[in-house]
Amino acid sequence: MSGSAAVERILARPTLGAVFSGGWRAERPVVDTSKCRLCGVCWLYCPDAAVEITEAGVVIDYNYCKGCGICARECPFKAVTMVSER
Amino acid sequence: MRLLLTGNYAAAYAVRDAQPDVISAYPITPQTPIIEKLAEFIDSGELKAKFVRVESEHSAMAALIGAASVGARTYTATSSQGLLYMYEVVWWAAGARLPIVMGLVTRAVGPPWNIWSDHADFYTVRDCGWVTLFAGSAQEVYDLTLIAYCVAEHKDVLLPALVAWDAFEVSHTYEPVELVEDAARLLPPKGARAPHLAAEDPASLGNLAYPEEYAETRLLMVEAARRALSVFAEAAGKFRDLTGRDYTRGYECYRCEDAEVLFVAMGSIYGEVRSAVDALRARGAPVGALKVWLYRPFPYWEVAKILEGRKVVVVLSRTASLGAMGPLAADIAAALALGGGSAKLVEFSAGVGGVDVTASDVMAMYEAALEGRGGTYFWHRR
Amino acid sequence: MRGVAHRVFPREEYLLRGHVACPGCGAAIMLRHVLKALGPNTYLVIPACCTSVIAGPHPRSAFKVPVLHIAFAASAAAASGMTEALSQLGKEANVVVWAGDGGTVDIGLQALSGAAERGHNIIYICYDNEAYMNTGIQKSGSTPYGAWTTTTPSGNPGLKKDLPGIMISHRVPYVATLSPAYPNDTFAKLRKAASIKGGLKYLHALIPCPPGWRYDPSLTIELSRLAVETGVWVLYEVENGVLRLTGPSRALLDKSRRKPVIEYLKLQGRFRHLSPEDVERIQRMVDENWERLAEMLKESGKHGSKQG
Repeated sequence: MSGSAAVERILARPTLGAVFSGGWRAERPVVDTSKCRLCGVCWLYCPDAAVEITEAGVVIDYNYCKGCGICARECPFKAVTMVSER
Repeated sequence: MRLLLTGNYAAAYAVRDAQPDVISAYPITPQTPIIEKLAEFIDSGELKAKFVRVESEHSAMAALIGAASVGARTYTATSSQGLLYMYEVVWWAAGARLPIVMGLVTRAVGPPWNIWSDHADFYTVRDCGWVTLFAGSAQEVYDLTLIAYCVAEHKDVLLPALVAWDAFEVSHTYEPVELVEDAARLLPPKGARAPHLAAEDPASLGNLAYPEEYAETRLLMVEAARRALSVFAEAAGKFRDLTGRDYTRGYECYRCEDAEVLFVAMGSIYGEVRSAVDALRARGAPVGALKVWLYRPFPYWEVAKILEGRKVVVVLSRTASLGAMGPLAADIAAALALGGGSAKLVEFSAGVGGVDVTASDVMAMYEAALEGRGGTYFWHRR
Repeated sequence: MRGVAHRVFPREEYLLRGHVACPGCGAAIMLRHVLKALGPNTYLVIPACCTSVIAGPHPRSAFKVPVLHIAFAASAAAASGMTEALSQLGKEANVVVWAGDGGTVDIGLQALSGAAERGHNIIYICYDNEAYMNTGIQKSGSTPYGAWTTTTPSGNPGLKKDLPGIMISHRVPYVATLSPAYPNDTFAKLRKAASIKGGLKYLHALIPCPPGWRYDPSLTIELSRLAVETGVWVLYEVENGVLRLTGPSRALLDKSRRKPVIEYLKLQGRFRHLSPEDVERIQRMVDENWERLAEMLKESGKHGSKQG
């Protein structure tokens, strides 16, 4: 395999969801929409970019959320709670 | 154009003619005139390149990896201790498939401190995936440096390449050197190679790889190294058509046709071997000499054919062989075994640490090789 | 914080989810902020460190910018060559080293010093989790006094190297400290660094690490905040030799406004074994550092520079 084909084999390409990190969690964040003010702090501090703020509200991608709990801790409105996966 | 140049200056002129974009080097005796001359070329505008005057050899190679990964043509040079300090990233350059070109002025490895020629440093680059070439004169330094770029940057290879030559005997000795007018015709056009890394099309180079994926990258290198044999021949062919100087086989054979005893050597020692061959032939001794230019990839089958039917093969290794046969002798042994040859194989470690080897030494080695058993010997002048 | 975060900061992600950082990893938060601040025309050079692994296994990468992974000691050198090559090839881009404390203050220091002295156009970011975390929490030159690591099980007897101070002595155009808890501060500093053409811009982020510092992953931002509020970590920038405190650190020259260091230390298992004398010693060191800062600010003030 020559040239650009060989080089392509040794390059890693941007991949959303390289690993199913959602499988790591022991607890998952749950958003109480009545308290949520869509301030975006959870989005800003998520180490995994697993939080998205949409028109419909906060959407957490549970395929990749590791359940670290930072969003729950930092939410100024206490709108996020960590709930056991078990 | 013909100039009187040292081996080191020949390298600098070849690099000037290859037009790299980035040079990075750290001084070490006996390499320094190369980088000083390159600095002059950049200063005068003859060479349009950035010179990263790094604070160590490890950083020199790392700088070139950074530069080459975004598409630059590059060059560095070093010796002995500098090469060993750089060693980790020498491997990195090959694994990253970057066509970096390096000059190696072969120098003994300390302790004790020694600035004279020994091939120990050269052999450390044997297994890391670099294409390695050995020049025996200033002209060969110039020629093989240009050919190195052609091989390294070829789409079927994309491996870094090294040209080595002896400290002082070649690096600092003046000889007439014929330059190539418009060497750009020889080399691939700059920018022909798509860079590994480009913001427009992001990728990561060197991610963690699990065993299967890692093994695949190594298989790709194995195949590239194998293809380098024919790519070298092709590049050398174009070079020969342009200049008349023929490196296509990767080696040169002197009075080999009916030789029963064959000397094998790399580098400037070969000059003395040739003189010895002539003197021995005058006495009726059936002897010839093989000079290796292309060391990696090693042309086993070609060499096996050359070794066919010989009675004795005498390998001169310019380094001490510690606990085993020296690398060149081991490659010759492999070629013999592959070809089913039955020659007695004798290795002499000669010229170690820059000790002078003369034609009369070589003639004495001839006698000793005929008398004794095969094996590896440290040459002591009698 | 004024406004909603996702309207103030760019939405685009350049560190994609599905990467393999530990839960609550401070480095991942910082890296998201850094890449949002710098944008896609950014080449990352990453030596051996946690992020070498965080990126994800080949052939998948969580990075949406080009990345050169390089040997441990070599990031600043690789970046030097890369930035010169891009310039020579007529391409403008951010060349950014993203290195851990090990690859910066210890094995990478020589190359960093050389790159700084030569003045290459590089942004060098050290994300400092205060130990060799990628290899399992061994002491580095950046480990603070008293911290447990696997190679200092009774607590580190040494003092943390002041890398920003060393870089200030190199007279580079810009030196700044960062914290993942203060993204406004981070953005301003990254944008400033990117706008300075030429010379090495050095930024040093204190990065809490749940497994290495022994705390519940949910506390990463809180710990980052406490580090600043206790004065253990100072947010500042030095531009052409002139020192300015930034963010909440501006208010903390007044010792009474600094929280006692124990507030920061007590949340971390790596400091659990500290004696009251150790804590006092640490408090003294922090206070002495602020006294030094006060002196430096007076000096900076003499040069008639504007305060931030």
